[in-house]
Amino acid sequence: MTLLGKLSWQALPLTEPIPLYSGAAVGLILVAIIAWVAIRGYLPYIWREWITSVDHKRIGVMYCILAWVMLLRGFIDAMMMRAQQAVAYRAPGFLPPSHFDQVFSAHGTIMIFFVAMPFVIGLMNIIVPLQLGVRDVAFPTLNSVSFWLTCAGALLVNISLVVGEFARTGWLPYPPLSELAYSPGVGIDYYCWAIQISGIGTLMTGINFVTTILKMRAPGMQYTRMPVFCWTALASNLLILAAFPVLTGTLAMLLLDRYLGFHFFTNTAGGNSMIFMNLIWAWGHPEVYILVLPAFGIYSEVVSTFSSKPLFGYRSMVYATMAICLISFTVWLHHFFTMGAGADVNAFFGIMSMIIAIPTGVKIFNWLFTMFGGTVRFKTPMLWSIGFMLSFMVGGMTGVMLAIPPADFQLHNSVFLVAHFHNVIIAGVLFGIFAGYTYWFPKAFGFVLDETLGKWAFWLWNIGFWVAWGPGYITGLEGMTRRLQHYDVAEWHPWMVVAAVGVLIILCAVIVQIAQLVVSIRTRERRRDVTGDPWGGRNLEWATASPPPPFNFAVLPNVHDQEPYWDMKIYARETGHLATPEPDYQPIAVPRNTPTGFVTAFFAVLTGFSLIWHIWWLVMVGLVGAYVTFVVFAWRDHDEVMIPAEEVARLDRANRAARTAALQQGALA
Amino acid sequence: MSAPSSALRTGQDPYHLGHAPATGVPEYTGHGAGGPAPKRVVVGYGFWLFILTDVILFASFFAAYAVLVHARAGGPGPRDLFDLRTTEIETACLLLSSFTCGLASIAVARRSLLWTEVALAVTGLLGATFIGIEIHEFARLVAVGAGPDRSAFLSAFFTLVGCHGVHVTAGLLWLGTMMAQFRAKGFAQNIRHRYLCYSLFWHALDIIWIGIFSGVYIIGVLMQ
Repeated sequence: MTLLGKLSWQALPLTEPIPLYSGAAVGLILVAIIAWVAIRGYLPYIWREWITSVDHKRIGVMYCILAWVMLLRGFIDAMMMRAQQAVAYRAPGFLPPSHFDQVFSAHGTIMIFFVAMPFVIGLMNIIVPLQLGVRDVAFPTLNSVSFWLTCAGALLVNISLVVGEFARTGWLPYPPLSELAYSPGVGIDYYCWAIQISGIGTLMTGINFVTTILKMRAPGMQYTRMPVFCWTALASNLLILAAFPVLTGTLAMLLLDRYLGFHFFTNTAGGNSMIFMNLIWAWGHPEVYILVLPAFGIYSEVVSTFSSKPLFGYRSMVYATMAICLISFTVWLHHFFTMGAGADVNAFFGIMSMIIAIPTGVKIFNWLFTMFGGTVRFKTPMLWSIGFMLSFMVGGMTGVMLAIPPADFQLHNSVFLVAHFHNVIIAGVLFGIFAGYTYWFPKAFGFVLDETLGKWAFWLWNIGFWVAWGPGYITGLEGMTRRLQHYDVAEWHPWMVVAAVGVLIILCAVIVQIAQLVVSIRTRERRRDVTGDPWGGRNLEWATASPPPPFNFAVLPNVHDQEPYWDMKIYARETGHLATPEPDYQPIAVPRNTPTGFVTAFFAVLTGFSLIWHIWWLVMVGLVGAYVTFVVFAWRDHDEVMIPAEEVARLDRANRAARTAALQQGALA
Repeated sequence: MSAPSSALRTGQDPYHLGHAPATGVPEYTGHGAGGPAPKRVVVGYGFWLFILTDVILFASFFAAYAVLVHARAGGPGPRDLFDLRTTEIETACLLLSSFTCGLASIAVARRSLLWTEVALAVTGLLGATFIGIEIHEFARLVAVGAGPDRSAFLSAFFTLVGCHGVHVTAGLLWLGTMMAQFRAKGFAQNIRHRYLCYSLFWHALDIIWIGIFSGVYIIGVLMQ
């Protein structure tokens, strides 16, 4: 045993140009960014205001930034795969099999765990406490720890690009392929430890948000008055609580097999790999709903706001959400109908999988009826929502097709399946994220994103998605299996070229989105959201300034029905003055910033990295460091800082003045 | 549409957030009508949720054990390996430690530092005895060639029982920290909240152990 375990210079990809140069480029960009930040003297600011921040809005923004950066990484993987399959007809293409396998594994892992999850959690972080009318989440420091642990996982996945390798098993490391006998390298270990570390972060997010939503709401905010986004966030976080421990347990068993010679999933000594399939999908299927339910919540907010109408069928929306929350735990076996569980079991899970489409259908009708008879404004968030409804319908219906066991026996592991889940995840989750991103951007940053470029991005994404994944349905029905590094069926080749064109259109969309951000930041002075209510909103997040002050509300709002902010506006318009007179401002205590999350994540990366490379002494250092961090945090005496009443008054008066001015001009929509 | 309430109009913060509740402030209920719940409820509730997730983690290990209990690859089974007498002593230690942990709660409620520390020390000793016996038991199994790499059944057994043992060990570490905190900081509010979480954790480990004792050991020696 050496000092550095299995780690040596051979871990660096010195002979493989693609990871070498891309890794070097990423490293250079990182160094350049850090150098620029340091030279401009921003480091203290970033440390004080962001890295150590426990403010839910700041943490939410950091989650979204992480998701955006990882989206670019995952998208580069997607482009590489599409390019490979476009040229690899009777040819080796440009990606050798070992590299192609890592690319599709990394793509799936990154897109689910480090794009969709952080983006959804980021939006919940920014918005849920505001919609509930409270000052922060239940456990602000834990929130920061959650975020930084997610970052730690993302960092480990990216380190694997340069040091060692990533998993070659697909985004879920199915044994026995992922066992030591068939995957002796460090790829699976990178996967497992990255997911374990970020999974702990996600679990703590779940605890945090369920506690926040159930125990911390503004006075009068009964369950039946909560905005639908809060309901979906509640359902999603309940699913996190129930599902993520199973993921942790399953990956722990795989790690025990790999590290200590256990026999959970091995082919020998009585191991049973189907336990892995069952457990991983007992987490994996709820995971789909963890992602898509908050997206449904975003659509509900957006459709109601831009139809200038209360949401149609609020109660049925809540029932549908909670029904999906429950039923999502009874469908997991449809991921492996071919296991051989028999007709009865397959029929049960097939029927349950079809039943879960019903509450989803209820939601679609509710959104349609919300638009019906409303004054619909086709702003960018609304376009994303309508695009979602049209595209997601197809994804949902192919899902019901796949839920029929006999059909699934034909379509299992085909590109048809891959097209289906890209259809529901891109057109369902990602479009929802983009709708929420455009809709709530002014709330987080105080200015509105450029509409023209936003609409361009929408159309390019929509068209690009269908050009890229329409062919998947066709080639899938023609028998093309997933994850092919090369193929020799002539009928598939033209479609793969079409799909590559589709991904180029999406590339244009992504470039337009980056341009939208840059242009909007540069012209932010003339796109300021002065009042805090740029869209004619209906819920409490619009009742405070944009961006909100650290304490969110100078006085907690009193809630009387489902659309409290809409009430305040009607009252203001009828009476000619704001709904609440100027309050008697009091100092407000907010949680004190702490580097605990950052330091914990540092030790988590240290521990994870040394576990991957079998550097046992460093594992001990990491664990002891984490414990010391915990004790130091537990020992602090002052965990709150007071915002003086004058500061509260200054911030609140500014917003009241802006709102009063808007009211007098008749602009408080 | 109902008009904003009088509290809203007078501009007072009726729930006085970020401060200790003043006299005459309505009871916090946490059920929407009265605004956010007090810190004790929030902390305890959050920790309850954590315990539920921990129970689900154990459930996945229980499930794997239930599937693999007959997968012995020609190796020994529960009947050949389990010694109920030792396990009974372990059980007694852990259940007694829960009782002393409860006594510590009473001492905390009465603000008696001496009795808090005594009760916690006894809890820790009983917990350490439990862990000592478990380690000894594991070492014995490994010595007779029944380690976790022998068969899938033993993998699942060591994981399930070992996971509980790791939890108890972490609990002991926490207990030591807790005792030091009581000494250093007395019965401050946040320390008492922390102790509430600690006692929830310790009692939950008991419940899980009862599941292991009956589901693994007793059923193990009864079945073929």
